[in-house]
Amino acid sequence: MAHDFRDFEHLLRLVAIFVVGFALFIVVRAMLVPDDFGVYGHFRAGALDDNRQRPLAHAGAAACSDCHDDVVNSRAGGGHEKVRCEACHGPLAAHADDPSAQAPELPNPGTVCLKCHLPAMAKPATFPQVDPTEHADNEPCDTCHLPHSPRLEEG
Amino acid sequence: MGVDTALLSQVEGFMYPNEVELQWSVLIVLYPFITGLVAGAFILASLERVFKVEEVRPTYRLSLLTALAFLLVAPLPLQLHLGHPERSFEMYLTPHTTSAMAMFGFVYLWYLMVVLIVEIWLDYRRDIVLQARSQTGVLQWVYRAMALGSDNISPRSLAIDDRVGRFITIVGIPSAFLLHGYVGFIFGSVKANPWWSTPLMPVVFLFSAMVSGIALVLLLYMLVSWVRRTAIDMRCLDTVARYLFYAFVIDFSLEMLDLVHRIYVADESFKSLDFMVKTRLFGSQILLQIIIGTLLPLALLALTQLARLSDRARKGLYATAGVLTMVGIFAMRWNVVIGGQLFSKSFLGYTVYKMDFATREGLLPAILLMVLPFVILAVLIRLLPPWPESAAHRESA
Ligand code: HEC
Ligand code: HEC
Ligand code: HEC
Ligand code: HEC
Repeated sequence: MAHDFRDFEHLLRLVAIFVVGFALFIVVRAMLVPDDFGVYGHFRAGALDDNRQRPLAHAGAAACSDCHDDVVNSRAGGGHEKVRCEACHGPLAAHADDPSAQAPELPNPGTVCLKCHLPAMAKPATFPQVDPTEHADNEPCDTCHLPHSPRLEEG
Repeated sequence: MGVDTALLSQVEGFMYPNEVELQWSVLIVLYPFITGLVAGAFILASLERVFKVEEVRPTYRLSLLTALAFLLVAPLPLQLHLGHPERSFEMYLTPHTTSAMAMFGFVYLWYLMVVLIVEIWLDYRRDIVLQARSQTGVLQWVYRAMALGSDNISPRSLAIDDRVGRFITIVGIPSAFLLHGYVGFIFGSVKANPWWSTPLMPVVFLFSAMVSGIALVLLLYMLVSWVRRTAIDMRCLDTVARYLFYAFVIDFSLEMLDLVHRIYVADESFKSLDFMVKTRLFGSQILLQIIIGTLLPLALLALTQLARLSDRARKGLYATAGVLTMVGIFAMRWNVVIGGQLFSKSFLGYTVYKMDFATREGLLPAILLMVLPFVILAVLIRLLPPWPESAAHRESA
């Protein structure tokens, strides 16, 4: 019997390594996986709170109108009426909270318009699209259009 | 906006916005290519072991080491692509059972730890122990560690190793099939993509894996013999080349079956795919993959089967066919991965793939990732010489 054991003793060492490796994995796993993992689903429940803690970047459409109703009025009825302020002006939550804390940089009327109006096959054909060279000879768009109310009156 | 505008000008027809820029780069081409080489090399080794094909014995250990070297590199392209290598470990901690990729982590681990390393260890144990006895200094410790501190190489213990090794090989063959079939499965199960979504995908991947792995070992065997200035065992080379030929015939038939099926069924995606193959993929699919990378090497291999050629001529033909095969299989991976992203799900538009050079997912890291397995292989060969001389004990068995 003893003789037999020596012949496969080296294999037991291999098995031992696997067993130790597996045990180590279980321990490491227990240490690394957060306690609240899987409470609501396949994620760490605390991640929800973490996300809630993050500062808001956008103030939302309603916020701007509290103080800038002149601009809101100037947009009424125009093609951009439904385009959110922050789509062009960028995230301004800090500004809406306290206007003195963040003085917004004005969007560049030469480029901001192309974000949306550059032609692309993927856009619905009904969406107004212009090639800046053809349409405006690369002049800034606000030479002719008002950003807040871009429709040019006939004549 | 910069990238999109540049790419947009290359887009033809109607493309959904999220399809304009390819997300799966050349690195994702390497992933099935490399795992395919692993599976192919291993299956070649297993043939010798399980079916006792004496002729290919000179490539047995070389195949195993090749499989290991490439397997170690296989996950790197994925990790480089995702950009957070440390997070890939979380896949093992909290695997999501509905994620095909998470399950691949376990297939990979099983194959690496339970199959390949154990089989190599069992096969090399005698050499390792002998080295541990004769080496000095650091190397002695390395070999002692590899021998797990055991010094027993009695004939009976080696006989046990041999039996266990054979068992591992038998487990290993389905594991190798699983490993690479799985890569095909990952692509084949993308329902949204008609270029990938076919149940034939795992099977086609598997056979192309065997083809590329056998071709790689064939080339490596010739290269290594040349470097060591030892004579090539022509019986071995002929047999390996014959396997390459057979595997390739099956692989080609399957791919043609897929093609014929697509043409006959001609579902709603067909026109779009057909257009793509005739235009944007013409070079890489028709020319490189099918003509240069499949038909030509098949013809060369068929020639060696039919005509009586001198050793020299056969070597030349094998080497040429081997290189062309590697090119062809790489092109196949390319056409699957990149090709599958060139068309729109609208079936009305096509985009292009622009490969960067020295960026995280550019050509340079791809080249480095392809060189790395050879470096690892060189180290492995140093540590565990696969030459027949050092496997003398198996001659007596
Ligand atoms: C609490 C009131 C308040 C809110 C809410 C508010 N703003 Fe302002 N905003 C101001 C004040 C005050 C100024 C500075 C006025 C000035 O200097 O002309 C200002 C300045 C600006 C300017 C710069 C004008 C210029 O001429 O440089 C922009 C652009 C602007 N706001 C956009 C917005 C947008 C978009 C929102 C909604 C996200 C918003 N604001 C919300 C009070 C507010
Ligand atoms: C289509 C893009 C766009 C949208 C949407 C938009 N703006 Fe503007 N806005 C501009 C541009 C461009 C300028 C800068 C004009 C210039 O430089 O002359 C500007 C300037 C301003 C200014 C500076 C003073 C002025 O009136 O010119 C304020 C304040 C302002 N916007 C507030 C708003 C608010 C509030 C909203 C939402 C109700 C809004 N904007 C929506 C593009 C936009
Ligand atoms: C965030 C996206 C966005 C940006 C940026 C934007 N627009 Fe628009 N624009 C729209 C949308 C949405 C419409 C309405 C389209 C419709 O009615 O189908 C529109 C309509 C228009 C129209 C047609 C108006 C009409 O009444 O028919 C003009 C002209 C126009 N935009 C010019 C501009 C100019 C000039 C700029 C730059 C100052 C600009 N747009 C920036 C989204 C944008
Ligand atoms: C030289 C004056 C001029 C400039 C500069 C100019 N436009 Fe216009 N744009 C017009 C006129 C006039 C119209 C209305 C007549 C028409 O539809 O062609 C118009 C119409 C449009 C329309 C509506 C098109 C439609 O199909 O309904 C869009 C969108 C537009 N412009 C965007 C832009 C953008 C973006 C820029 C900046 C790159 C720009 N424009 C610069 C004169 C100008």
